[in-house]
Amino acid sequence: MSMAPATPAEMSEAGAPPPQAGAATAPRQRLADAPTLITVRNLKMHFPVTEGALFPRLVGQVKAVDGISFAIRKGETLGLVGESGCGKTTTGRCILRLEHATGGEILFDGKNLIDLDRKSMNALRRKIQVIFQDPYSSLNPRMKIGDIIAEPMLVHGTEPDKAARDARVMELLRLCGLDPRFADRFPHEMSGGQRQRVGIARALSVRPEFIICDEAISALDVSIQAQIINLLEDLREQFGLTYLFIAHDLSVVRHLCHRVAVMYLGKIVEMADCDELYGNPLHPYTQALLAAVPIPDPEIEKTRAHHIVKGEVPSPINPPSGCVFHPRCPSAVAECSKSVPEFREVKPGHFVACSVI
Amino acid sequence: MVARARRGAADEPGHGWGTVAKLLEIDGLRTQFLTSAGVIKAVDGISYDVNEGETIAIVGESGCGKSISALSILRLIPNPPGRIVGGSIRFRGRDLLQLSEEEIRNVRGRDIAMVFQEPMTSLNPVLTVGRQLTETLQQHLNMTREQANARAAELLGMVGIAEPERRLKQYPHHFSGGMRQRVMIAMALCCDPKLIIADEPTTALDVTIQAQILELMKDLTRRLGVALIVITHNLGIVARYADRVNVMYAGKIIESGPAAEIYRDPQHPYTLALLRSVPRMDQPRRARLDPVRGQPPDLSRLGDGCAFAPRCGFAVARCSRETPQLAPAGAPGHIAACWESERVSGALKRAS
Repeated sequence: MSMAPATPAEMSEAGAPPPQAGAATAPRQRLADAPTLITVRNLKMHFPVTEGALFPRLVGQVKAVDGISFAIRKGETLGLVGESGCGKTTTGRCILRLEHATGGEILFDGKNLIDLDRKSMNALRRKIQVIFQDPYSSLNPRMKIGDIIAEPMLVHGTEPDKAARDARVMELLRLCGLDPRFADRFPHEMSGGQRQRVGIARALSVRPEFIICDEAISALDVSIQAQIINLLEDLREQFGLTYLFIAHDLSVVRHLCHRVAVMYLGKIVEMADCDELYGNPLHPYTQALLAAVPIPDPEIEKTRAHHIVKGEVPSPINPPSGCVFHPRCPSAVAECSKSVPEFREVKPGHFVACSVI
Repeated sequence: MVARARRGAADEPGHGWGTVAKLLEIDGLRTQFLTSAGVIKAVDGISYDVNEGETIAIVGESGCGKSISALSILRLIPNPPGRIVGGSIRFRGRDLLQLSEEEIRNVRGRDIAMVFQEPMTSLNPVLTVGRQLTETLQQHLNMTREQANARAAELLGMVGIAEPERRLKQYPHHFSGGMRQRVMIAMALCCDPKLIIADEPTTALDVTIQAQILELMKDLTRRLGVALIVITHNLGIVARYADRVNVMYAGKIIESGPAAEIYRDPQHPYTLALLRSVPRMDQPRRARLDPVRGQPPDLSRLGDGCAFAPRCGFAVARCSRETPQLAPAGAPGHIAACWESERVSGALKRAS
């Protein structure tokens, strides 16, 4: 884990844009042989569905996450995309142990997070931090910004000395593009974009290795989104951070992520390198998602074919048999409603769960 | 030409709009809110027209006044604290601001309908969907209950809801978000309005459902010849569906024109910055995005000059002293409020 720069001069240096040539491709080559940081294997999160208020009895299960597997290398950003209710946020919450997964394993630092005791989990939590979607509800309105950022350091005891902690808060504020004077203000005095910077500073305060960004920019205005995306990228470069970037905005995911996994109804239906997934989407659902995103250029939109997928995401309490996408799928055959397609590697690094292709 | 430069640029011949009937003409509309922080000029003198059957987009970020400008058309601004303090809104020649309460009630839902962002909060949770649809029909068109029920079922079918008779008896919580928005569209279409105002109609929806709803609205408005004002912050939606675009910033329209022109050659630095700040799936990935610097302004503390000047890369000394007015820039029908629009023009092409 690289250390934070010590002087403001170094920091502004780091804030400058990286060299243009090959900046988008260079990390990719290095990543191929980077060690794996986190491995998720066959993760399941089934919530019970009960009936009856006084004597609840189990009547079913919501398979919010139903056997998904992926690995993230150190320094890599994995995008997890899908529509609401597909289980992408639940996946993040399982990794943070905010939900207790009902099956599978999550390996981080050689330990399985799912059956870790409270004490060792707390120690690991320092290395795994989260940035939430809503910068309005994720900051305590009664705490000053400085205290909000210092709290994780108190909890984990990383900076026991008050002066050192204050200095670190100032450093983090500057690092996230905020005036250090903000430390004495309250969240309601700040705009949405500024609050999200506070959320990022708080996540960074304990020098994590892995950050889960759960729709971290979705609530922000267009002009502010780009600021936060650039900040996340700078911090990744500077500290060698690894992100799980949960989002529904496919163009932002393409910009920020090295690899992308597409989820539908609790399952990963396709996973590949970013360029491969966007250039050569194989699963009909991925194709539908990409076609649904309008491109901000009327000339292109005029000539673009609009294949719009029919229907809506079915209820996860009673998912369709076989391939969960088959009722909406334009290329479904009779076989699709019978057997669950295997998640297989069709090309090196390109995984798809579809029996038609 | 959408927004008019105040000195009647729209009246110039040769812009091609002469033969098209003007449905809505907004002139110098100003809406203010009186708060403890002072007077907030949420809408500060905007002017634009809507022709029959066309789709107009109003684009801007939160707090720029785009929703307030739309609510002002139907006089839905809560008073106090809000107040429409000036301007006129002529709908088929009648000034909506001069109508009595009862007269404006007859316009709402009948001549001009609205579709709101949040389909859950804009439907009444304790009434069946059928009741909510027939209410409008009975109120405005004096239909009997049977006639209204038949028409409501027809409307639900039209917006792509299967088994409309059964669905009419259900409550909003039986419907998914996308289905609720379809119900809202059916309600808007009830009385064959001439204009529908859709305020962020798909922001709360998933991307595949968003595409379905937008296609539906486009298809229905084309088929029924209804004009549409879409309020959105999504530049992609505008590109796909709008004929003409008004870009708003800090309560003012700062650029206006045919959609193709605005995207091809933006004349205002804010529009240019917005277009350059979004990552695009059809272009090679850029190493970095070009964000708009700084924060949106506080509307209660706006001083002289252009409101965008503090964030603007093209700003000169004049920008902080004198407020630029909308003036023709670029192609015919295209106007922008910028002193430096000649320098802005072509910047998008040079960048890519």
